[in-house]
Amino acid sequence: MDAPNMNANLYDCRDAFAATLETLAAGEQTIVAVCNDSVGSSKLGGFKAKFPGRLVNVGIAEQNMVGVGAGLANGGRIPFVCGASCFLTGRALEQIKADISYSNANVKLIGISSGMAYGELGPTHHSIEDFAWTRVLPNLPVIAPCDRSETAAAVRWAASYAGPCFLRLSRVGVPDLLPEDHTFELGRANLLRDGTDVTLIANGTLTHRMVKAAEILAKQGVNARVLNMATVRPIDEKAIIAAAMETGAIVTAEEHSIYGGLGSAVAEVVVENAPVPMKRLGVPGIYAPTGSAEFLLDELGMAPSAIAEAALALIKRK
Amino acid sequence: MQTKELERVARQIRRRDLQAVYDAGAGHIGGEMSAIDILAALYFRVLKVYPDEPRRADRDRFILSKGHTACALYITLAKRGFFPEEEISTFLQPHSRLNGHPNCNKVPGVETNTGPLGHGLPVAVGIATAGKLTSADYHTYVMTGDGEMQEGSNWEAIMAASQFGLGNLTLIIDHNRFQQGAALADTNDVAPLRPKLEAFGWDVTEINGNEMAEIVPALEHRGSRPHCIVAHTNKGHGISFMQDRVDWHHKVPNREQYEQAVAELSEAL
Repeated sequence: MDAPNMNANLYDCRDAFAATLETLAAGEQTIVAVCNDSVGSSKLGGFKAKFPGRLVNVGIAEQNMVGVGAGLANGGRIPFVCGASCFLTGRALEQIKADISYSNANVKLIGISSGMAYGELGPTHHSIEDFAWTRVLPNLPVIAPCDRSETAAAVRWAASYAGPCFLRLSRVGVPDLLPEDHTFELGRANLLRDGTDVTLIANGTLTHRMVKAAEILAKQGVNARVLNMATVRPIDEKAIIAAAMETGAIVTAEEHSIYGGLGSAVAEVVVENAPVPMKRLGVPGIYAPTGSAEFLLDELGMAPSAIAEAALALIKRK
Repeated sequence: MQTKELERVARQIRRRDLQAVYDAGAGHIGGEMSAIDILAALYFRVLKVYPDEPRRADRDRFILSKGHTACALYITLAKRGFFPEEEISTFLQPHSRLNGHPNCNKVPGVETNTGPLGHGLPVAVGIATAGKLTSADYHTYVMTGDGEMQEGSNWEAIMAASQFGLGNLTLIIDHNRFQQGAALADTNDVAPLRPKLEAFGWDVTEINGNEMAEIVPALEHRGSRPHCIVAHTNKGHGISFMQDRVDWHHKVPNREQYEQAVAELSEAL
């Protein structure tokens, strides 16, 4: 079990991304960063200062950014292509399909400030469709780390992985959940808490909310299993099937539309292998109202107490 | 290879392309005929490529951004030794690696998967940027169609190439004046191309893109800025009844037309 180690401090995972990338780049000359006028928001200021020739800023031009990434990979570089996830995946989806996924180019797509991280800037800047858009693409692992340790581990993994991937990062602070020396394994969920009554599955900014929901449930005598499922593709089918068979009910939560994201991916496995009642929490097919990311997650039924209530209601359907 | 020999190779590629499209019952013959002289010059004179080591790091790169004319590229690559020429007969057949658009993971010599228009030039900018970062000697070429220049992604890449000072990049625009449905001029006329590219900071050369003596020196041009060759070509070049006829974008000749085209091309051989 990967025991959670939650404390009160919250961390912006972009910092772990940037620090890890800079460390890797110091040892591996082929690593380059590509961005769309997003040096600040992608936290690439340190990278730029240390490796000025290895930062390729294409300006506000995401289609070109992704194509340039594919070209840099063709030229033997390992590009980390960084941009706000809404623009990276939305604007350049065809480039991600043809130039990266179909061509199997060794490009690391880094979606910054995903989900509803841009909060009050509104639905144009929310990226609650990116799991759905990317997880249908072959060759492209889709990963949403839950804390700074997993973010750093995922960046190290991405640099060593010979192929493309999409790392979905946030800017919303999250507590430490996984050990500092955590090793990322593609397609493997982390058991944060064991239980037999229900399983709570999440990733990214929702994982710590699931842990808190499990604590609320425990006080009511309900033992919830908590799985951190950073990898949306390839999904950890074994962990999902075990959760279905051993706990009989599954709640998913994600900073994403409930259509096509983590909950859908889990449901696909459950339906085909071990049908049990499920509840998918997320953005329910709407454009979110005005508010911060934290406000919106609470507003849309993903406060820890609301998750606990959803779990209790689901257990009654077992 | 000298001009006369290159012209002969181009005619052989044309002849094989015609047969491949006729046999397959599909293809994009008009835009293939317009581009073949340039493909022949690239692969048999200009490009440093290594058919036995298709991914050798120091190779020159060529991207066919107008990926729908893949058949002409396949024939050229096969003729240059990247894979057996006999395999051309599998073009578009079930499970053939010779798809309607080129696949870099299946066909040796293909650099990136193209098909949707406006993708090749950004990738070429990335390759040239990698070359500049590493002071590599290779040169990157990319060919687009003229209608393809209506895609905004190309202009993003054109800006970046200029900003990055990519003297190791050559864009060839196959300016055959026709797109799928109509003449370029009747659709969204991006011509004249020269002043647009020059305004974006590129060197521009205009040539007759079906004239080998003009093609080779243009491809061999080197400078400090990215270079665009506006190649004035004829859609369906070399086959009288196809030339400059928009319906030959992806029409397939019937038996009579095929035989007439064979006769015209054979005469030139």
